[in-house]
Amino acid sequence: MMASSYNIKEEDGHHSGSSGPGGNAVRTKKPDNTAFKQQRLPAWQPIITAGTVLPAFFIIGLIFIPIGIGLYVTSNNIKEFEIDYTGIDISSPCFNCSQSYSWNTTTSCTCSIPFSLDQPFESNVFMYYGLSNFYQNHRRYVKSRDDSQLNGNLDSLKAPSKECEPYRINENMPIAPCGAIANSMFNDTLDLFYIDPNGTRTPIPLMKTGIAWWTDKHVKFRNPGGSSSNLTAVFYGTTKPLSWPKPVYELDTDPENNGFVNEDLIVWMRTAALPTFRKLYRIIQKKNSLTPTLPRGNYTLDIVYNYPVRSFDGRKRMILSTISWMGGKNPFLGIAYISVGSVCFFLGVVLLFIHHKYGNRNNSSDIPN
Amino acid sequence: MLRRRLNRLFGGDEKRVDSRTIYVGNRPCPATETFIPPKFCDNRIVSSKYTIWNFLPKNLFEQFRRIANFYFLIIFLVQVIVDTPTSPVTSGLPLFFVITVTAIKQGYEDWLRHKADSEVNKYPVRVLEDGQPARKDSEKIKVGDIVEVVEDETFPCDLILLQSSRDDDTCFVTTASLDGESNHKTHYTVPDMEKDLQSLSATIECEQPQPDLYKFVGRMHIYKPEHDPAVRSLGPENLLLKGATLKNTKKIYGVAVYTGMETKMALNYQGKSQKRSAVEKSINAFLLVYLCILISKAVVCTTLKYVWQSQDGQDEPWYNQKTEKEKGTILYVKMFTDFLSFMVLFNFIIPVSMYVTVEMQKFLGSFFITWDRDFFDPEIEEGALVNTSDLNEELGQVEYVFTDKTGTLTQNNMEFIECCIDGFQYTAFSSELDSFCVTDGPVSTFQEKAGREKEELFLRALCLCHTVQVKEAGPDELGGDQVDGPASEPLRPAEQRGFIASSPDEVALVKGAMRYGFTFLGLESKTMKIKNWQNDVEEYELLHVLNFDPVRRRMSVIVRSKSGDTLLFCKGADSSIFPRVRPEEVERIRMHVQRSATEGYRTLCVAYKRLSVDEYAAADAGLREARLALQDREEKLMAVYNQVETAMSLIGATAVEDRLQEEAAQTMEALQGAGMKVWVLTGDKMETAKSTCYACRLFRRSTELLELTVRTLESGGRRREEMLHDLLFDFHRKAVQDAPPARAGVNRSWSSANPEYGFIVDGAALALVMNPSPDTNCSRYRSLFLQICQNCTAVLCCRMAPLQKAQIVKMVKNSKGSPITLSIGDGANDVSMILEAHVGIGVKGKEGRQAVRNSDYAIPKLKHLRKLLLAHGHLYYIRIAHLVQYFFYKNLCFILPQFLYQFFCGCSQQPLYDAAYLTMYNICFTSMPILAYSLLEQQIAIEVLLDNATLYRDIAKNAMLRWGPFLYWTVLAVFQGLIFFFGVKYLFSNPALQDNGQVFGNWSYGTIVFTVLVFTVTLKLALDTRHWTWINHFVIWGSLAFYVVFSFFWGGIIWPFLKQQRLYFVFFNMLSSVSAWLVIILLIVLSLLPDILLGVLRKPRGPHTQQKPAQSSGGHHQTSDRPLLMRTFSDESNTVM
Repeated sequence: MMASSYNIKEEDGHHSGSSGPGGNAVRTKKPDNTAFKQQRLPAWQPIITAGTVLPAFFIIGLIFIPIGIGLYVTSNNIKEFEIDYTGIDISSPCFNCSQSYSWNTTTSCTCSIPFSLDQPFESNVFMYYGLSNFYQNHRRYVKSRDDSQLNGNLDSLKAPSKECEPYRINENMPIAPCGAIANSMFNDTLDLFYIDPNGTRTPIPLMKTGIAWWTDKHVKFRNPGGSSSNLTAVFYGTTKPLSWPKPVYELDTDPENNGFVNEDLIVWMRTAALPTFRKLYRIIQKKNSLTPTLPRGNYTLDIVYNYPVRSFDGRKRMILSTISWMGGKNPFLGIAYISVGSVCFFLGVVLLFIHHKYGNRNNSSDIPN
Repeated sequence: MLRRRLNRLFGGDEKRVDSRTIYVGNRPCPATETFIPPKFCDNRIVSSKYTIWNFLPKNLFEQFRRIANFYFLIIFLVQVIVDTPTSPVTSGLPLFFVITVTAIKQGYEDWLRHKADSEVNKYPVRVLEDGQPARKDSEKIKVGDIVEVVEDETFPCDLILLQSSRDDDTCFVTTASLDGESNHKTHYTVPDMEKDLQSLSATIECEQPQPDLYKFVGRMHIYKPEHDPAVRSLGPENLLLKGATLKNTKKIYGVAVYTGMETKMALNYQGKSQKRSAVEKSINAFLLVYLCILISKAVVCTTLKYVWQSQDGQDEPWYNQKTEKEKGTILYVKMFTDFLSFMVLFNFIIPVSMYVTVEMQKFLGSFFITWDRDFFDPEIEEGALVNTSDLNEELGQVEYVFTDKTGTLTQNNMEFIECCIDGFQYTAFSSELDSFCVTDGPVSTFQEKAGREKEELFLRALCLCHTVQVKEAGPDELGGDQVDGPASEPLRPAEQRGFIASSPDEVALVKGAMRYGFTFLGLESKTMKIKNWQNDVEEYELLHVLNFDPVRRRMSVIVRSKSGDTLLFCKGADSSIFPRVRPEEVERIRMHVQRSATEGYRTLCVAYKRLSVDEYAAADAGLREARLALQDREEKLMAVYNQVETAMSLIGATAVEDRLQEEAAQTMEALQGAGMKVWVLTGDKMETAKSTCYACRLFRRSTELLELTVRTLESGGRRREEMLHDLLFDFHRKAVQDAPPARAGVNRSWSSANPEYGFIVDGAALALVMNPSPDTNCSRYRSLFLQICQNCTAVLCCRMAPLQKAQIVKMVKNSKGSPITLSIGDGANDVSMILEAHVGIGVKGKEGRQAVRNSDYAIPKLKHLRKLLLAHGHLYYIRIAHLVQYFFYKNLCFILPQFLYQFFCGCSQQPLYDAAYLTMYNICFTSMPILAYSLLEQQIAIEVLLDNATLYRDIAKNAMLRWGPFLYWTVLAVFQGLIFFFGVKYLFSNPALQDNGQVFGNWSYGTIVFTVLVFTVTLKLALDTRHWTWINHFVIWGSLAFYVVFSFFWGGIIWPFLKQQRLYFVFFNMLSSVSAWLVIILLIVLSLLPDILLGVLRKPRGPHTQQKPAQSSGGHHQTSDRPLLMRTFSDESNTVM
């Protein structure tokens, strides 16, 4: 419609312009007749009206509420058990350990906390440690690392980045891995025992691997000099971080999980977003489909208590959790979806009402115009 | 620039000496004791700003003088010096980009200027040295050199014409490149010059350089060995301006008086004062608000940081020790640097890119005006011209339109309609009768005849009293005319060809005389030849031309006929002629003049006077003396003119029709419908102007006219001041106090319920109002006057001097609420008001190009104003307003999560987003959609805008950039920012978001927030877009796709140049988490919800947009000129009256 009327116009202009031999000049000077230049590009002109938005509201409502319910149910089905072992209370078995803290003791303090699970944990169980009031997202902390050193760069190994200050050099030797993050690596050892009804302690096998992002483990973090070589030799000339009891090449006996590619280190190096956080510690693999991974019953958590948090009023937790397709237990998403869905639905109803009532009046006022 | 300033500085010293003395040929003169070569500047033109050496520092200096650039520089420097959370690259890169692009652009422009300069400066000229022309570069010309110029060359500097190759001691020039007037102007050699320039010994005294192209006073002393020095007066007619071109003259010699940067052309090339748009002021106000937000955010964070750190163990926990350097700094220094760091962290809230985008939008957007074919005028084969793109959006904000009458409302295409000789009227004849008239003489058309002698005298007067030239058909023009004359000049009637004049009235009159049988043949060496009815050639010696000027409003010539009679013919406005003729003659003519004027014709009265020998001698002496005067020459000339032009006898009057421009009435009606007040400012007389106003429907039959003119002031027989006082209060009561209070928004024009007022004021009355005599307590007059004017639907100001026009514009501009004004005009007399108004529009009319050159926008016809304002202005305003609001919005909800994050990271300035995201957000991810939007958006189709002028009122008074909408956008941004941050925060209460139990860290957090942000902000724009062209689709979806691709790319590689691989596979892992997907979708929907909701609820308030599809398809064609409703109403009122 528009296009056709425009064409006519164009012809008119052309006729008047080329009435004489000078028509050529007219043509060259006259602005181009392109849709873009004349601001006549064909365009889709949507209008937000009650008519278009109302179905959208209902559809959003109808989609979001089931999703929300699904999420909520999923989240509720996830089993989670949490235990605070900081040892603030005198009654806590770890009270002594938390009080008698010093970095330089060679003997480590241990404590064990008994607990019981009311429900069996059926699938794979993930064991997290949680810290509170620990500012892993502090700027000074976040930047205090040398990714190039962790990636196996030999130059950076010997001369760590300045960002690592004041955890860069100790006694004239470069620290490996340098920086505040690495230095403050979580070093409590947690062990889980199942107490049979008859009283025997069965250690529960904890998997150390598979807890870090695959790309981190295989690409981002690399031992200097390749994985095959002798780590002790590679790290010669460097020193361990101040608060570590042993150097980085003695983190594990498994060469695939030692040095910079130690998964505990990698997990720790991924700084948490908020001051209260949890990090994956171990995985308890399901053995077979018949028995639950963690059956109902009594357990003991044995802790080698190394990590001091009292000084900054922190807390330490151990969390056992199963995992669903949406991750760990978090009712927020489900509730949010349900509420947004219902709000949309409610708004849809209200709008429908308004539209029905006032829309008529609007139409009637339109007619005389 | 610097050079010019220096010149001005020294010029200030020089100015104390009122005149400069020039030694012609740089030879010492006998009269002066010692010859000291005066120091003048050389003839080098420097229009370039930079040299290679000073380009970098100077350009950088100029750029950083802009407050925004300076601000970003400071931020950048802070980032370099202080340990800040983001690397200097994040703000340095965009700034560097902006600065470099601008520098390259300016450098290129300057290079072009250099090239142009050197072309001019190295242009070979011939300077007379020892009688022989010697070739020189143009820049080597010194003041006092005698320069030779040949035909079609431009003058290399301002010259006094000494010798011309033409016999009549004249030369022709065209000043097309100076003021655009392409007609040939005659310049004269210094009178009685001797032919031998070599032996000429003379000095020239002239005023110091001044920019007025049409003013020059000087005096030449010619020394001859045995005579007393002879003195000749020099005027603008002797001065050849640099930049003008010599035409129709083989060769001239002239002496350089002003050179280089002191030439009038160079002095005129000073930049126009920068006009700033109201939108820019809004931007600055918003910027201030955001700066306050920024500073308060930084203060809050700094305070919190120290509060938090004062808690036990938080300042320096064992896991996070400070460096030695940090420990060493004094607390207050640390606090200050912390404050600066926060500033840097949040500085993205005021983005560099906004300035770039706004500039780009304005620059690119203005092309749509030049591209618009509707603005193309086939007559002059030109379209619209945009001189400044800074004011595009101002076109959508106009509240007052000041329009010139002649050439703007009317075509300035004069046609001789009728004349009145000795009280008898000779009515119009149609052009078919042309031949008839010429052959048979006018007898048959002259019904009731005046005496034959009177008729002849009248026609002779018409033929003699003018400054029209007969165009000498040079070889090129002749050829052009012969080959395709009618085609190349399709509209110039054949008979008009051949006459060139500065005003079209004169041509019309000469042509009119020609139709009656008296043909002007031309002026040759001071002899005017006319052919009379008997086909005899009469010759008159032209003695003096008493030039036309707008103050006297008349011109005269003194001629001597063959029989020896000396005659003075004078023509001019009735008001200026009537007092100077015998009163008994006036009455007979006055009636005719007034009748013609009410019919909308331009009238001129013609008078003559026979000068006796003594009278002539006296006049001649007076004129010569006044012309020689160095000081106050104008005033002295005026006095002599007034003295000579007395006691004349009136012969008759002429009426010339100036036809209305096409669609003038519709345009005016549309403008009024759009809520603009249209004021006509004209130099013409009241009756003519009034009839034009009626013709344009500015005044209707129902309009009650309030007249404040000399006539009404003098009618009461009381003193003018008293009358003025009474009238003003009377009008004020009528128009302001009795007017119903609520008038805004109603279609007042077509409802006859309210009385409409039209206000007429003339120059003299205006002068009384503006500059009241000190004894009266009438400082109130101005405000009264203004209030009356503002309450009238149309105001007509007639008999305005150019400066008075500007005065009126200024008065309105500075009135309460500072309304946006627009001036439109076509002539040199409109330049002052064009420059004064917020938006100046030049009409590419017949009166030269000065208005166009000084305007902000130039259009070929008045009718184009309608589309320019109603469609282009409206769209530009909506676009830029949305652009500005959107920019502030998107940066607030960009930075707010970052601010909130500080509460959860110990106020440690930890950025939430990765540096790449911080940098790219404004440059790449979100910049293109809004730019495309701000170029292409048409919320209301152009046709609808043109048809419904009232839509223009919706955006009046900066409606989209006031605090209300700003608050809405800000609240929306805050709402969305909160949603982004806390939504993700609650998700991260359990950071195990993948189905393998692994956890996400802080960079994942930031990336999720950022992803939600980019999508929301882009989709918000998509929701606002009402005009989806393929470009919008491409850019909006392209931006989002680019974001995703970039994130993959950025996180997919270990970048060797990065210190930290923060984002390595973060984006990928995020996408592998179902929870992240779900939260992103949820938050986007939630953030957009209020906007959708408001969109639905707001609809009923603006019925226009809903109706528009129906109207644009149906109503558009049938009511192309006026809406139906309107037509019936005005027809009705016509019949009633």
